Amino acid sequence: MTAFVIRRLLQAMVVLFVTSVIVFTGVYAIGDPLEILLPADATMAERAQVARSLGLDQPLIVQYGRFLMNALSGNLGTSFVYNRPSISIILDRLPATLELAFSALVLAIIIGIPLGLWSGLRRGSAVDETIMTGSILGFSLPNFWQGMMLIMIFSVYLGWLPSTGRGQTGTILGIETSFATWDGIRHLILPAINLSLAKISLVIRLTRTGVQETMPLDFIKFARARGLSSRRIVTVHVLKNILIPIITVIGVEFGSLIAFAVVTETIFSWPGVGKLIIDSIKVLDRPVVVAYILVVVTMFITINLIVDILYSILDPRIRSKAP
Amino acid sequence: MTMDATNSTETILEVSDLQTHFFTPAGVVKSVDGVSLTLKRGEILGLVGESGSGKSITGFSILGLVDPPGRNVGGSILFRGEELLGASEERLRSLRGNRIAMIFQDPMMTLNPVLSIKTHMIETVLAHESVSRSEALARSIDALRMVGISQPEKRIESYPHEFSGGMRQRVAIAIALLHKPDLIIADEPTTALDVTIQSQILSEMQKLCRELGLGLIWISHDLGVVAGLADRIAVMYAGRIVEQGTVDEVLDTPRHPYTAGLIGSAPAANSRGSRLTQIRGAAPHPLNRPEGCAFRTRCDYATDICRQEPPETRGSNTQSWRCFHPLATSNLETLP
Ligand SMILES: Nc1ncnc2c1ncn2[C@@H]1O[C@H](COP(=O)(O)OP(=O)(O)OP(=O)(O)O)[C@@H](O)[C@H]1O
Ligand code: SF4
Ligand SMILES: [Mg+2]
Repeated sequence: MTAFVIRRLLQAMVVLFVTSVIVFTGVYAIGDPLEILLPADATMAERAQVARSLGLDQPLIVQYGRFLMNALSGNLGTSFVYNRPSISIILDRLPATLELAFSALVLAIIIGIPLGLWSGLRRGSAVDETIMTGSILGFSLPNFWQGMMLIMIFSVYLGWLPSTGRGQTGTILGIETSFATWDGIRHLILPAINLSLAKISLVIRLTRTGVQETMPLDFIKFARARGLSSRRIVTVHVLKNILIPIITVIGVEFGSLIAFAVVTETIFSWPGVGKLIIDSIKVLDRPVVVAYILVVVTMFITINLIVDILYSILDPRIRSKAP
Repeated sequence: MTMDATNSTETILEVSDLQTHFFTPAGVVKSVDGVSLTLKRGEILGLVGESGSGKSITGFSILGLVDPPGRNVGGSILFRGEELLGASEERLRSLRGNRIAMIFQDPMMTLNPVLSIKTHMIETVLAHESVSRSEALARSIDALRMVGISQPEKRIESYPHEFSGGMRQRVAIAIALLHKPDLIIADEPTTALDVTIQSQILSEMQKLCRELGLGLIWISHDLGVVAGLADRIAVMYAGRIVEQGTVDEVLDTPRHPYTAGLIGSAPAANSRGSRLTQIRGAAPHPLNRPEGCAFRTRCDYATDICRQEPPETRGSNTQSWRCFHPLATSNLETLP
């Protein structure tokens, strides 16, 4: 297991290095931040001075070299716009996004798995058809449109829930979170649902397919022949088998929930990294963009590692093969 | 279990005219079409027939485990005098794995790969009795020891993939024995195993069955296996039992041409009747079985009357058959 983790960490370093090169070059190619940062009537002297202070007067390779040296000591550059370390700007905003993504994930699991089980066990019934139609809508209607509809119905028409911002936060166990206050929770509900709808649909489908593949297997029939209750057969024998693919997909999806929270954060003015990154791309705030992507990649890698570990806990066949 | 009810002649199972049909879009498959059989305590019945003859579905019908589009459409299953057809699902559940156990063909598939042997066994104990987990564990370990698994305390922690096929089948047998059932239905449990292990398991099962006084239905397509193991043989063809009797009766004096054909194609065939050494043709498609005697398209003795349903004929002993032109009981009589 240790060797496995070390190997994965080394791989992670390589991935991060390659990503940083690509992103750095990519952002460099998009445009010159000076155009945006300086007022239109700035003199050549002012221009040169700002360029020098930001290090933009150097060739790309030198700029990257500097960035890399700094990055190795934990400094991912200073935002051109906020004039603060880019990593700390991101870390300020990250909890809001994580909270949103986490809530969406929990919704996807606690709604998706039971509905998927229900639908899979009653294949072809009215319940199954209804759930499946719903999940097709969850998949295919555009995320922003779903968000607009949620706001229209629950904020504008019914007036039940707020539609913008994060509301009041409090601290639980030293973490600043919306879960600490009722106002915070109210603000979280709509964006979390918006972000989770497609994932709920995905989990429903995965679960349903898993149930249909597992139920006809001999070991289920043997479990019935041993006189186990249907409840135990479904919640232990079926679920434990289908949890393996579900966990894998959910792990990958958690990364994408964070990365693609952008749309939801924009619709609901949620002060997370998604909104930050959109703003930063607009003004070509390179250090923030690069730092953001590196943070997201790091999270992807970490999540994958956790998924692999969970995998081996769930599946004894993999566990005994682990080095 | 209490031994007071263990009257050695107690009839534990009495199946009469069992009908289990599958209602498929292509038509009705009469998988089990009028099966009758009885089983006494301590007795081993070999249920023999070729693939698709309805052996497994007969077993599943007894346990009430036939899934749609299959359904029981008639007959009676008396288990220790209690009618199982139409019994509540809860009643059937309480019998399954408890009073009636089943062992499946493929030991690689019958255990849940993500659960340990211990989980399988303890949950089976707890499904029928409210005992402590430690007591359930102790009983599970005893059962493993009984089927010849060494170091059961340690091996019970293993997962199915850590066992060989033969060992897994022993585990399945141990699970079947957990509640000392009255009846075990073993559906070709040794077919997937190699020959040495097969014969070990056969003799162990025979011994356990005698010692524990349980009834055993051993399903097989191999007459040779059943000949060495069973007390009685029932030969199944196209959803019906075409002949049954004691092992000696059926093997020495087969009355039904199909049984004779099976013996002819078994390795220890007697040399009589070269016409019978193998059965010509293939089993009819289940949706397209001939009316009357389903065997008539392959039978050398078929005549017009065989288009009608052959009734069950009883011999002077315990043998019975369904054939209009039964074979004679001795070689001499068959000579013209
Ligand atoms: N789910 C099903 N749908 C339709 N027909 C079925 C179904 N299950 C079984 N049958 C039919 O029932 C008949 C008997 O099947 P069964 O499994 O009892 O045969 P078997 O004697 O056990 O054969 P084998 O030696 O191959 O196990 C077969 O003809 C099969 O086509
Ligand atoms: S009833 Fe007729 S067809 Fe059927 S086995 Fe007997 S002789 Fe053959
Ligand atoms: Mg079978």
